[in-house]
Amino acid sequence: MELKDKLLSSYVAFEDNVDTNSEIHDIRSKALENFDKLGFPSKKLETWKYTSLNSLLKNDFSIFPDRGRAVALADVKQYFIHDIDTYKVVFIDGKYSSFLSATTHENFDVCLMSSALNKSKYKSVIETYFNKVAKQDNLTSLNTAFASEGAYIHIPKNIEVQKPIQIINFTTGSEPATMTQPRNLIVVEENSHVQIIERHQSLTSNAVLSNVVTEVFAAKSATVDYYKIQDDHINASLVDNTYVNQKSNSVVSVHTFSFGGNITRNNLNFYQNGEHIDSILKGITIIEGKQHVDHHTLVHHIEPNCESHQDYKGIYDERSTGVFNGKVIVEKEAQKTNAYQQNNNVLVSDKSTINAKPQLEIFADDVKCSHGCTIGQLDDDALFYMQQRGIPKKEGRGLLMFAFANTVLESVKIPEVKSRITKLIANKLKVNIGFDL
Amino acid sequence: MLKINNLHASIDEKSILKGLNLQVNAGEVHAIMGPNGAGKSTFANIVAGKEDYEVSNGIIELNGEDISELAPEERAHNGVFLSFQYPVEIPGVSVTNFIKTAINETRKAKGLEDMPAKDMLKKIREKSELLEIDRKFLSRSLNEGFSGGEKKRNEIFQMAMLEPKLAILDETDSGLDIDALRIVANGVNKLKSKDNAVIVITHYQRLLDYIVPDFVHVLHDGKIVKTGDASLALELEAKGYDWIKKELV
Repeated sequence: MELKDKLLSSYVAFEDNVDTNSEIHDIRSKALENFDKLGFPSKKLETWKYTSLNSLLKNDFSIFPDRGRAVALADVKQYFIHDIDTYKVVFIDGKYSSFLSATTHENFDVCLMSSALNKSKYKSVIETYFNKVAKQDNLTSLNTAFASEGAYIHIPKNIEVQKPIQIINFTTGSEPATMTQPRNLIVVEENSHVQIIERHQSLTSNAVLSNVVTEVFAAKSATVDYYKIQDDHINASLVDNTYVNQKSNSVVSVHTFSFGGNITRNNLNFYQNGEHIDSILKGITIIEGKQHVDHHTLVHHIEPNCESHQDYKGIYDERSTGVFNGKVIVEKEAQKTNAYQQNNNVLVSDKSTINAKPQLEIFADDVKCSHGCTIGQLDDDALFYMQQRGIPKKEGRGLLMFAFANTVLESVKIPEVKSRITKLIANKLKVNIGFDL
Repeated sequence: MLKINNLHASIDEKSILKGLNLQVNAGEVHAIMGPNGAGKSTFANIVAGKEDYEVSNGIIELNGEDISELAPEERAHNGVFLSFQYPVEIPGVSVTNFIKTAINETRKAKGLEDMPAKDMLKKIREKSELLEIDRKFLSRSLNEGFSGGEKKRNEIFQMAMLEPKLAILDETDSGLDIDALRIVANGVNKLKSKDNAVIVITHYQRLLDYIVPDFVHVLHDGKIVKTGDASLALELEAKGYDWIKKELV
């Protein structure tokens, strides 16, 4: 059976486990219809021209994976940022792991989507925000149809959340192929501040497809710093659909660190519904083998006096392929917009590929929009210079590539995240030198 | 220290060095002068191990060991230093971290531990004072946005940090004003000892007022065609290179 048919016919079984007499379920059922109509994206769609899911979708994915094998903390500790105190919302094969999590309801809520969907005290937040910024496209609709679990974060007004929140999804490979649909909702009210770290991690070599939807709502003067660490198993694929709705004077940054997996597709969408908003989208991609990473970003400037900053760096080795499609829309009303986009790529191997496409649609006349895109190789003269000073070629290459990617790390505000990413980069570049640049 | 015998080299099938001979002993300063296109920078790059050149014939020995098959970093570990005519800009790597990495990679190649941070800092302070380098300069990205003079001063700072056995200064005087020239030359002179050697490549006699050579060689058409003492440089300054070319005919 084709995966699409399998998903559609599984819906009845899914309904056995959720409250079908709710507004949310109406949203789900509509989303299922939408997915039925649209199906999986094909390369015929302009937005999927350079990323094919065809081979991936041939897997016989288990849609409701069994509660996987037990996971011991010692086996997964390495995937946490564990040297600082954090809140944790952890899922194993799509199901909540209370053992690995550390949630709170004290002054704000860091907990589960399933409880938020079912308990009346969350009803008004869910009704106001759930599926309100997410696009109704193919894969988002699929996720919405099956949305039942994920992280639910609600920060009321004037709260500076002191500890970062980690959202981690493990897949244990208890089935030959596992598909999950994590659904996160993050609502940050006026003048509050939160830091979030998200990771998807497969624990075996079995095939995984995670189709994630995250909605972020940043109210007036709210600040959200979001870090996505993508360093998964070679057979694990990820479609990350993140939608950010910002109100006046809010600042939201999303850093995406893509160090591989099988196919990684990031759909990162920002909507600026207010003035004096700052949206920051940054990414480092370092991949090799036949890995594929696709960044599709959208910044929609709707109102005046807002800014957006995009900086994506990519290093592609062997036969890896990358995509950067950065779309900026500046509406007619959005005067005095300052939109900046930078995308720099290094092709380390003759066989690696990058498809880079800046897309600017500007309808206002008093704006500053800049974009720069480069594709290059490592500078041989710089390598010789370093070798001449005693730095071997391999380390020299590592140092050059690290320096190239480093500008993106400067804006990472959690030191432990920065040092973790630094280590992952050193590891990716297979160099062992003190990277305390 | 350095012995070069009958060196032939080409790039893209264009022959540049055509039988170069040179012997440099420890404690000596040699100047190599010559007109544009004589092969001076090629010579420097080949001794440092740049891979773009095809060495078809000849021997390069450092302290009795043939180094012609060694990678550039291995030559550096053996004590070869080249001050580049055009130092490369490396954005994102600070001067301090670059030199730290260079020193520790060299130590690693010799089976030594990393230099303790305290010693490293002390040495950086000492050598930056020697070259009158502002501390703020050390945290800037390597050569990025440096003036010509700053780049050259930074080269000699690195030389001071690495303490090479054989230093080749490729047109280190170009782009320097008189004050910077004096500082750089003073730095080189302070580093000179009976155990190391310096080869100065230059167009002009000016630098040699400060770094006084024991030997002056004229490189022309890929060969050393004349060798003399410091007075040869003065003579070249006064008369140009044409008289040597005529002598050769």
